[in-house]
Amino acid sequence: MLWYKYIKPFRKQAIIGFLFKMTEAFFELMVPLVVAQIIDYGIGQNDKPYIWKMGILLFILTFVGYGCALVCQYFASYTSQSFGTLMRNDMYEVINRYDYEDIDRIGTPSLITRITNDVVQLQLAVAMAIRLVSRSPFLIIGSLIMAFRINVQMAIIFVVTAPLLAICIYFVVSKSMPMYLKIQKQLDKVSLVCRENLTGIRVIRAFSRQKEENKRFQDMTEKQKDMQVEVGRLSALLNPITNIIVNMAIIVILYVGGIRINVGTLTQGEVVALINYMNQILLSMFVFANVIVIFNKASASYKRIEEVLSISPQIMKEENKEDRDTFLSFEHVSFAYQGNIALQDITFEINENETIGIIGGTGSGKSTLVNLIPRFYDSQKGHIFIKGKAIQSYDLKELRHMIGIVPQKAVLFKGTLRENMQWGKQDASDEEIWKALELAQASSFVRELDDGLDTMIVQDGKNLSGGQRQRLTIARALVKNPEILILDDSASALDFATDAALRKSLKTIQSTIFIVSQRVSSIMHADKIIVLSHGEVVDMGNHQYLLENCDIYKEIAHSQLAEEETL
Amino acid sequence: MNMKVLKRLLTFCKPYLKYLYLALLFSAFHIIFTLLTPILIGQGVDLLVGVHQVDFDLLKLSIIYIFISVLLSSLFQWLLMKMSNQLTYHITRDLRNCLFQQYSSLHLSFVDSSSHGDLMSRMINDIDLIGDGLLQGFTNLFSGIMTIIGTIGFMMYISVSIASVVIVLTPLSLVVASIIANKTYKYFQEQLALRGEMGGYVEEMIGHQKIVKAFGYEDENIKRFKEINQKVHVSGVKSQFLGALVNPSTRVVNNIVYASVCIFGALQVVSGHFSVGALSSFLTYANQYTKPFNEISNVFTELQTAIACASRVFDLLDEDIIHEVENPQMIESPQGNIDIQQVYFSYQEDQKLIENFSLQVKSGETVAIVGPTGCGKTTFINLLMRFYDPQMGHIYIDGVDIKNMTRDYLRSLYGMVLQDTWLFHGTIKENIAYGKKDATDEEIIEAAKNAHAHKFIIQLKDGYDTVVSEDGGNLSQGQKQLLCIARIMLVKPPMLILDEATSSIDTRTEKQIQDAFDLMMKGRTTFIVAHRLSTIQKADKIIVMNQGHIIEQGNHQELLEKQGFYHHLYYSQFDLG
Repeated sequence: MLWYKYIKPFRKQAIIGFLFKMTEAFFELMVPLVVAQIIDYGIGQNDKPYIWKMGILLFILTFVGYGCALVCQYFASYTSQSFGTLMRNDMYEVINRYDYEDIDRIGTPSLITRITNDVVQLQLAVAMAIRLVSRSPFLIIGSLIMAFRINVQMAIIFVVTAPLLAICIYFVVSKSMPMYLKIQKQLDKVSLVCRENLTGIRVIRAFSRQKEENKRFQDMTEKQKDMQVEVGRLSALLNPITNIIVNMAIIVILYVGGIRINVGTLTQGEVVALINYMNQILLSMFVFANVIVIFNKASASYKRIEEVLSISPQIMKEENKEDRDTFLSFEHVSFAYQGNIALQDITFEINENETIGIIGGTGSGKSTLVNLIPRFYDSQKGHIFIKGKAIQSYDLKELRHMIGIVPQKAVLFKGTLRENMQWGKQDASDEEIWKALELAQASSFVRELDDGLDTMIVQDGKNLSGGQRQRLTIARALVKNPEILILDDSASALDFATDAALRKSLKTIQSTIFIVSQRVSSIMHADKIIVLSHGEVVDMGNHQYLLENCDIYKEIAHSQLAEEETL
Repeated sequence: MNMKVLKRLLTFCKPYLKYLYLALLFSAFHIIFTLLTPILIGQGVDLLVGVHQVDFDLLKLSIIYIFISVLLSSLFQWLLMKMSNQLTYHITRDLRNCLFQQYSSLHLSFVDSSSHGDLMSRMINDIDLIGDGLLQGFTNLFSGIMTIIGTIGFMMYISVSIASVVIVLTPLSLVVASIIANKTYKYFQEQLALRGEMGGYVEEMIGHQKIVKAFGYEDENIKRFKEINQKVHVSGVKSQFLGALVNPSTRVVNNIVYASVCIFGALQVVSGHFSVGALSSFLTYANQYTKPFNEISNVFTELQTAIACASRVFDLLDEDIIHEVENPQMIESPQGNIDIQQVYFSYQEDQKLIENFSLQVKSGETVAIVGPTGCGKTTFINLLMRFYDPQMGHIYIDGVDIKNMTRDYLRSLYGMVLQDTWLFHGTIKENIAYGKKDATDEEIIEAAKNAHAHKFIIQLKDGYDTVVSEDGGNLSQGQKQLLCIARIMLVKPPMLILDEATSSIDTRTEKQIQDAFDLMMKGRTTFIVAHRLSTIQKADKIIVMNQGHIIEQGNHQELLEKQGFYHHLYYSQFDLG
């Protein structure tokens, strides 16, 4: 059991908490009994000192019970929080070791909910397990036992009532739970329409569709209201019905009790105690129903967390003694992504400090190809060699340290600009950073910022324009001084002047550069251009060669460049 | 507690006053019968005096009274809950509709400058919390107060002296509750803030795990997460412990009351002032006495949250909305002659963007808007479509000032296709027919064919009935743009605003988009945000923008001769290699 691993270090605290809770519940159970004693002996025999004695006992029970409760609550809080903290740390560590494919499959939003909300659900369940799970059944069973102790035949009333109550509560809870889920789904739809209307506000206004959108939204909220009213109708039954059942039982206790008292086999105080125990059972049942709901949610959460923890990375360092004398080569590399073939039989060789352009339509496998180099994914067939060694034989860190990547989406992190630049090299000096910014055509706008390198970047870099972000991500990769630089369609937000200036400055660095692009102008000056189509290399060569020999390249070039440029 | 907001929130009850009054009425009846029941049971207990002394006739009668009382209390409770459900859910529905309507009439400048996440959260979370607060308020506040008053009343009725014991102990429970509530609130806020911090960090790092991996940042990342997690742990133990104190603490107060009643009650019985049954009813009351206090304090916390949320919602409802001119003008048969005269515009006063800009465009001409990324091309579109109004100057279409038209009418004269495509959750057919509700299937298919979208649509599994997921996730960027073009093809407006693709569209699709653009532009006045040289060269007029300013205008030849920014932009393509 996975969860036990996280409880184990705190099992002592959990057990202490549990024991104290039991003690508290036990004291609570004693109260009606003491009251019965007061009525039967104290009042029955006009014994005032006895009443005082028992009354003080009640106070003692109260305060000792309270003390126990405090101890229990503390240990319950401590255990459940520690449990969650430990679990989170582990989850986070495991996720950080994930392969790309696993992250893609589960999806980021889902991982985030799992590590935050799902763990909170489990924490709650652990605390409940310590605090309430023992208490409610203990009180229910205890009340039953007490009833039996008072009078076996009267206890039959309890034996009938308790399951009846349980069934009623179970019925309403189990019926309404799926309805609440449906309402949640409907709320998702409401928020979908709202989000669509915010993102599409210009289009909606351009077409003057506000009225129709209002109507669409109103239909959604109307439906939600109907669902809420419906589930409300059902859950509104719970309290009245249980109230009736318990009071019916009390009526029976009164009547049967009357008969027994009349013949002298029961006392008045005992009847009062029985009534008290009956009320006790009802309260405990409600608490228990809540616990069941919480556990239900927690078990769903647990499954989702278990999945996260059970995945282990497949991409690791492996022995591979083969070597080549090329700087970088692909040999018959094939790769399928979630069952779909993405690359097929890719073979090429590259020399040190060459610039390589990769071009092709959407879905031709351009990004996939460069993602194989730092082993973000592993190819199913074929081999990739860097500096003569198979990439599997490198330590993953070492391999990725050689490579600087500028991803398609320009992502920056919350923190100062300097901190962002230091991602690749934690001790990079300001001088190194400025040099990289210069190369990436970003120095001029950074200089204009009031705080320069100390400028705070908000999450996702929203305080910068797309083009600025993209240049900064290029600079971030350059700070690393990588032997291999991969630009994965990373100039798309740049205007052609900046794009050209960037390409010019990249010529000056000592690095093997991969440029992935849809724009011919971005790659036409590369030493080698790889033309991809449907996961296969169609042809390879320089601009001039491809213009003469490759039809696909010719088509792309002609559609994008003005006549004079292609020449 | 902000009474003004509460009052305004209650105005939303107005259409449902019937439910509100009934809820109050049922609540009163429910409490009366609920409180009556223990007395009746106590009277029943009193009949069980001892061997051979039980009067069964009276006992039966007493049981019948109990039965009726229980039945009525349950019935009224059920009705009460039904009414408060109706009230709450109708009100939250109305609030949402009202807010949504407001969203669609707000000035675009407001929506642009607000975070969409925040607007969404007010629509969804805030109104949900208002609903929770209202439901609690309707069901528990009134009945809680009623219960306390009723309990004290009934206790007074049974025995003044014992009731005084309970009343004296009342402040104790209030003090305990408020101390804990205050403490908990503080730690709870802290816990929420920390959890938010953690969520933000996880979102950033796992969301961009690929970059984390690429830069080998995992260890540093895990270290920082553990630091945040530790903070959450420390505050979590505190806040959870304090939160968990509420129950036992109120229980202990309750038990003190209970024990006191028990002792004094029993002593009174011994002195003969009191019956055992009355004591039993008293004990039942004492047992439940702190419950309404608990509930009321819960209601107040929830109401407080609800009111905070409501004031956020009302803030939005009070935002200025768009007003149209009183006697709007229309154009007989729109030709698309545009005359922009001395327009001044800026988003913020201290940052002048467009100054003294004039431009005349004749019907059927093409205007290319050129400039580097972030040069402010959207600003220009905002003015044409009246998403924003200029501070000074006029824009005329066929001689009519656009300020004198309704925005809806003005916008119907334009067809707009932006790179930032927008599709909604619905079928492809519905998406194409967005601008023309009554379009026939033939018209839709015709438009799709003209937009070169027909081919890929029929290849989809459900053809024109394929459901587009939110924001068109199941279509490629190029396909989405083709659908947006088809939308315009269907409406056939006299003027166009287009946005050429920069990248992320494959060549073949780009060609199709280009062809579709060309077809549309024929005979229509067109503004096009241009990236392609051929488009720019063909344009009748070129507007060159940089950093939000319009810096040059003219045709290709004129601008080249000027040797200015455009010249630089144009030649930067060639002189590099």
